[in-house]
Formats: sequence, structure tokens, C-alpha cells
Amino acid sequence: MTTTSPTAARYAGSRVHRVEDARLLTGRGTYVDDIELPRMVHACFVRSPMARATIVSIDASAAAALPGVVAVFTAADLNGGVKEQWHTSSGEEGPETPRPPLAEGEVRFVGDPVVLVVAGSRYIAEDAAELVEIDYEPLTPVVDYTQAAEATELVHTSHGSNIIGDLGAFPLSTFDDVFDSAAHVVSETIYQQGYAPVPMEGRGLIVDHSATTGDLTIYSATQSPHEVRMFCARLLGLPEHRIRVVMRDTGGSFGQKVMVQRDEMCLMLAGPKLGVPVKWVEDRQENLLSAGMSRREHGVARMAFDDDGVIQAATIDFVQDCGAYPTPWPVMTAAAVGVFFPGPYRVSKATFQARTVYTNTVGRTAYRGPWQFESLAREVLLDIAARRIGIDPAELRRRNLLRKEDIPYASPYGMTYEQISPMETFEQALSMLDYDAFRVEQAQARAAGRYLGVGISNYVEPSTPGYGYYGTEAATIRVEPSGKVNVHVVGGSCGNSIETTVIQLTADALGLNIDDVATVQGDTAVTSFGAGTAGSRSGSMTAGAVGQTATILREKLAAIAAHLLEAAVGDIELTDSRATVRGTPTVGITMAEMAKVAYFEPQKLPPGMTAGLEASSRYTATDTSIFVNATHVCTCEVDPVTGRVDLLRYIVSEDCGPMINPNVVEGQIAGGVVQGIGGALYEELAYDEDGNPVTTTFADYLLPTSTEVPIIEYGHIETPSPGPGGYKGVGEGGAIGAPPAVVNAVADALSPFGVTITRLPLSPARLVGLLDPSTRAADGSDQ
Amino acid sequence: MTEIAIKITVNGRPQEAVVEPRLTLADFLRENCRLTGTHLACEHGVCGACTVLVDGAAVRSCLMFAVQAADREVTTVEGIAAPDGTLSPVQAAFRDCHGLQCGFCTPGFIMSLTALLRDNPDPTDEDIRVGLSGNLCRCTGYQGILAAARQAAPGPAEA
Ligand code: FES
Ligand code: FES
Repeated sequence: MTTTSPTAARYAGSRVHRVEDARLLTGRGTYVDDIELPRMVHACFVRSPMARATIVSIDASAAAALPGVVAVFTAADLNGGVKEQWHTSSGEEGPETPRPPLAEGEVRFVGDPVVLVVAGSRYIAEDAAELVEIDYEPLTPVVDYTQAAEATELVHTSHGSNIIGDLGAFPLSTFDDVFDSAAHVVSETIYQQGYAPVPMEGRGLIVDHSATTGDLTIYSATQSPHEVRMFCARLLGLPEHRIRVVMRDTGGSFGQKVMVQRDEMCLMLAGPKLGVPVKWVEDRQENLLSAGMSRREHGVARMAFDDDGVIQAATIDFVQDCGAYPTPWPVMTAAAVGVFFPGPYRVSKATFQARTVYTNTVGRTAYRGPWQFESLAREVLLDIAARRIGIDPAELRRRNLLRKEDIPYASPYGMTYEQISPMETFEQALSMLDYDAFRVEQAQARAAGRYLGVGISNYVEPSTPGYGYYGTEAATIRVEPSGKVNVHVVGGSCGNSIETTVIQLTADALGLNIDDVATVQGDTAVTSFGAGTAGSRSGSMTAGAVGQTATILREKLAAIAAHLLEAAVGDIELTDSRATVRGTPTVGITMAEMAKVAYFEPQKLPPGMTAGLEASSRYTATDTSIFVNATHVCTCEVDPVTGRVDLLRYIVSEDCGPMINPNVVEGQIAGGVVQGIGGALYEELAYDEDGNPVTTTFADYLLPTSTEVPIIEYGHIETPSPGPGGYKGVGEGGAIGAPPAVVNAVADALSPFGVTITRLPLSPARLVGLLDPSTRAADGSDQ
Repeated sequence: MTEIAIKITVNGRPQEAVVEPRLTLADFLRENCRLTGTHLACEHGVCGACTVLVDGAAVRSCLMFAVQAADREVTTVEGIAAPDGTLSPVQAAFRDCHGLQCGFCTPGFIMSLTALLRDNPDPTDEDIRVGLSGNLCRCTGYQGILAAARQAAPGPAEA
């Protein structure tokens, strides 16, 4: 076989304008709620007002009688239709929480869907929902997850316990001898509050069942249209090819829309019963009540150090609240908190225990960096340790971080960290700040009665899972008869710009002008299976798929051009949407001319060559994970009187390998960082002690706004990954690194007061409480 | 419910409808006018995604009833590019500065910023931040949006 050399990268690495923007800037995007189908009806849920109760009776007669109401469904109408329900990534045999589509017999959190009302308009559906009468017998809810394991009340009686799972490495006492003999032992219980992805567009879908063919078309706000299709096929017992799932624009997700939840199951079950398309789009209250919770967890983090501050051992005893209906099964993700707790440091002795529990609160869903607690706990503990030992926190990290000569490094749990650069990102971030100068400025400010602080966090995370459901990705590249090119990948963008990056990669791989390339994504009818956006996988996996597919097409184009130009295949170059002969660039043939031959004049093709000009291929990931590392450095000023925190500078030095589009990379980092800042300072998905949610509007659930965010400064270190193009995943890291950097900055600012911060969020009230001697615990720690 | 006949000029075109008094302006635009660029992300007046201009003033169309906009001029995100499709300076700045990712919040930001810069063509960074603080974005961390606002501000010369 003759191989043509890859074309020169012309677009990868540059700040190409996004192709998504033209429609999104002019109000012509197509989000689920923008889709109108003939005869479409609208659904609305009646949700439980109680955290835990027995459903005694449901009277929907008044609702059903309201003019305009099409149907009222209860569990008795829908739940029997479930054939199978499991997510592909968990597998058929995977353990799962029982998930009735509508609540059956018992409601398990405030927001639990009990009745589905369908009417001619959303207004009427909401009117009718008000008329549904449900009689509940209240039960004692399990609200405080820290007490759930011992509680006598059970969230799921059938499970027999509120403990979902306990998973760990060695017993926590394994390294007691190391701790007993260590020069310094630091142990703290660190709590992270519940907060949530909160995409600006909530969940939503339209189910359109054709009464004539029995086929189902679903328009969904999702990260993974193929998963929606596979799930729905199993749920309804329909052949997969009778279902088409289409996503167009999705207004953010961050993990919340990666899997099918109960509400969506209800719509899938109701659709075929209705005979007309049915739309459900949740409102913000529903989103904050019932779309899922993340974080809400704590861990006893413990490290032993020698005299020089070198880490001798690290353990974490971790407990995570998973609510009533976690999606998916949370036990493995919780274990990842333990596995990654040692972080990018030289730690040879480590162990963990990870417990997940049910409570009568909304279920846990994935959120950007689902196991980011490992970084929060470790990095906050390192700062506490530095203060106790009397070493500068930067210096303590420097003594323990993985250096170039340590890599490849085998983690205590058998993973090998390769192609990462923790020391390099760390030193780059510190020099961007001018750390020493900041310490001088801080001292001067303190002398003047102002409290500045600096916080650092380092992390390493696995991106691009390369196994099972996630382990392959497909692309079809089609040179259309005019010579214009379409690249089909499943995509699954909820804002990650993958339309643009795929076009950049395709244009480079085939030597095309970027305007000659378009992309088709998000429709299961015209894209091959792919897992969509999850696990910071899109960049690397689509680069693999596009690269592999383009190689096939490049061979064909080169053969055609060589034949038509009477040149050697090895001399053909693809550039500027043309094929030229090396050394004589004036001799060439355009893509349009080659396409014309390939489609309409096949007799002119090289003998034996198949007509047409398209290729499909499926790339298989070569590595189980692609590791990516970063350092975040944040400075702040804290007003000890009001508890107000002002973030001053925010620096991220990241090693995501080469960048396909720096704007996109930086945009992903920025978005994640500000979500992390929100989690550290403002956001809390809170419940009162009876299990009533108290943050169901944007007036109570406080997202960061333009007035609070710092300008983010980026440093890039480039260590190519072993994967396609050397790319690494960069979607989640911002949300992992930011909370500890912010917490550490605030704690550093307040270090003259001798307080220890171990609970988030750092609201003004919490900080003022910490600083008030009358409310402070004797040891100065956060209670 | 008594329905009311209204006429609203939307992006320069008169739109007539008979509506329920409780129909929000946002739903009127999205459903009656089929202008789905105006997005709803909270429906309780906090996120700003639904921002449109009513007689030039930026308002939250989820908090206004369609009947309250009767006989007034409404401009939505669909109405601010030039007739030939050329993006407005604010729209172009959002594209240049990666001021959007998922794009759901974007129409609201574009309308708020359009009104802000018309009233204050030479804003300070603080003016921009405060002026946009009633719009929420979950994707961008506001970085590209603040940069876009800077770029789009005409400055004192054109004030
Ligand atoms: S939808 Fe109107 S302010 Fe949020
Ligand atoms: S771009 Fe997604 S919410 Fe702003």
C-alpha cells in the first residue's frame, strides 16, 4: 500500500471562529423547546411535596376533566410498560437503584414525579396539574446523609440498608505504623455541600410516536443521542433501529444530561400511548428540585509527613450522599475519589474507604469532575498541613510533586501516570503570579489591616476513558459530488464546540479549505454509534475517528489524483482543497473535479477503484485513560468584618497536550473554573431538616455572576498524550481545580486568625461565624 | 378566560394576536411569533436569558405579559443583525471573543449589552460587569463575554 503523508496542520492549533456561532448569535439555534411538531401536546409533572410519604390515593378526575387535557398518567398507567432499564455504561448486569418511572406507593424526595399530565398547551397542563389531588401519609425521611447508615428508616426498603455500597482498598488502619511514627500527622474532616450542574437550559425531550409505522422519533436535550436511543429501545422493548434520536442545540449539561432519568422515561412510555408528539421541558424549579444533585460529601483526609514535609502515607475515609435515585450507580465513582486522592504527588502508601448512601433527597447525577472531592480534600489538607508544620504551602507541594524524573510513576493503586507535567504547571503558575512578590504584598497588606491570601491546587485526572461503551468513536467523511465535504460524527455538544473542532481536524487531514467542510452531528439516523460527550473524551476520540477515516480517504484521493495527473501517488499533496504534484504546485486538480470523476465519470478512476468518495471508520482508543494535569493559583482579599471574598487573580496552568482550538480549550477551563468558584463560595443545593429543598429558584441558588468572577489567566504546558494528535481531555479540569484553590486562598488570607476551614461553601455568614470567637470551636476549626 | 386582541411591533413588523392576559411576552414571541431566539432559563426574572428590548429598554420578557407590550416596539435577538445578515457589533464581538459556548444565555446577553452600550458607549470594566450582572451564563465563566463587551464598546470618540 502506498501511504500519503498527512497534510500540514493549518487549522488545528489556531483560534478558528466557531461554526456554531452564526446560528446561535442570531437566535436561530434549535434547542428542544424551539421544536414545534404538528399536533404536539405538552406534559407537566405533579411532584411530591414531601420528602418521604406513602401515596394513599390519587384523584385526577378534575384534572382529566379540564378542557384541553389529553391524558393523565399515574404509575399504574406507565410503569408496567418498562421492559428493561439500564444504561449502557453500567451494563445489563450492573447493580442499579430500582427506578420506577412515576413514584409507586412511596415518594422518596421532594420533587419525586407522581403524576404526568398531558394537555394541549403547557399552560393548560400546569392548570390541570394543580387540580390533581394526592393524599399522602407522611413518613420520617432520611435527610442527613451523615446519619443515613445508622438510620432505622430506609429510603429503599427493598435494599435493606441505606448504604448503597462500601468500596475500598486496604483497611484504613493498614499504615497505622507509618502514622504512629511520623514527624507530623494531619487529619481533617472536610465537607463539601451539595451543588449541581445547573445548565441554563433544563432537561427536555419530545417523543414523537408514529401510529402508522410504530417508529419513534425523540428530540432530546442530551449529551449522548445514541445512549438515549439504546436506553429507550430497551425500556420499551423496541428494536433499536425503529428509534431515531435527534439532538440539535443543547443548552449546557455538564454531566446532568448524560443519562436518561425517570422523568424522561415517563415521556418515552407515554409517547406511544398518546398517538401525537409530546413535549416536556422542565422549568428552573423542576431543574433545581428534581434534575439531580452533585457533590454533598465529606471525607476524613489524613496524611503523615516526615520532618522535611515529605508525605509518608495518605488515607481518606469518604462518605457521599447519593439521594434517593442516583443515576447512574454511584459506587464506582465514589471509589474514584479514593483512587485519585494521592494526586500528582509521590505517595507510595495510601488507602481509602468510600461509602455511598441513600437519602430522601434528589438523586446524584454526574457533574463535571464527578470525583473532584479527591482534589478538594487533598489540596485543602496540604495547606492545613503546611500551616501546622510551618512550611510555605508552595514549598510543601514542591517537595512532594511528581518531577520529570519520577515519570512514568506508578500510583499506589497501580495506574501509571505518563505524559504529565505536574511540576512544570506548578512552577509556571507560580511564576505567572510571581509568588514571592505576592507574599511581600500580602505582608504589607496585613500590616495595613487587609487580608490577602493565595491558594494553590494541583491535580491529575483521567480523561478519555478508553474502554467498553466509551472505547471507540466513529466518523464518516463524505466528499459530496460538488467536492464539498461533510464529516459525520455523533458529537453530543452541549456547548463544547465540537462542530468547529471536528471541521478543523477534517480540513487539516484532507488539506481542505475550512469553508469547504461542514459537519453533521447529533442524529442517530445519520451518525454511527458513539458515546457522546462525557469523561472529557470528545477531543481525543473524535480526533482519532476523524484521523483514521481521513487516512482512508486521503489514500483514495491521492490515487485518483495520481491517476488523473499521471503522477506518482507518493508525489501527490493535498492542500487548499486541491491535489497537486510535489514540486510543481501549478499542476493540480481540485476536489470538485475529483468528486465529479468519482461520482459521475467512474470509468476515469484508476482501474478497479470503487466509485464515490466517502469513508467510514471506527477508532479504538489505545489507552484506558489519558491523564491530564493542571495547577490553579488564586489570590483573594477577605473582609473579616463582612466575610466578603473578592477574588483578585486566577491563574490556570494546564497541560492538555497540543490544543485543537485554544479558544475552546480556554473556554472550557474558564467555564469549569467559574463553576468551581461557585461551589466554593456561593452555590448550595440545600434542604431543611425535614427534607424540603430551600433553593429552588435562582434567587436562592446563587450562581456566580459577571460581578464576582476574576479574569482568568492561562498558562499552557504541552506534553503530548499517547493518543491521537497528542490531545488530552480538558472539559472537566476547571471544576476540579478551582474549589481547593479558592478555599486555600481564603484560608491563607485568614491564617492570622488561626482558623481552619473545612466546610463549604465559604459564604460570608460562615466566614464571619468562623472569625467570631464566641461561635468558634475551641480548636479553631470549622464546625 | 377573556382573551384580548393586541398588536405589537416585533423587529419592525406588526404582529396581531388574540391572547390570554396571562400569556407572557416571552411565550408570545416564542409561540405566536415563532421567534425562538428568546430563551427561558428561569421564568422568574433572575437569569436574563429572556431579555428583549421594549421601546428600546431591556426587559425580561418572562416577567412581562404580552398584553403589557401592546402597541409597543419589541426587538429580539433575531432583529439586530443588519438586513443583509451582517452581525451587529455586539454579535460579532461575541463571535470574536468566544463569548458563547452552548448559546442558551447568549440572546439575553446580546440584548442586555446592546442596550447597555447604546446608553453608555464608553463603559468602564466595572460598568460592564454591573450592567451584565442580571444575566447568568453557566458555560463561559463570563470571560469571553466581558472581552466581547470591551470589544463592542464604541468608546468615547463615537459617543
Ligand atoms: S427567563 Fe426571564 S429572567 Fe430568566
Ligand atoms: S453559553 Fe451556555 S449558558 Fe452561556
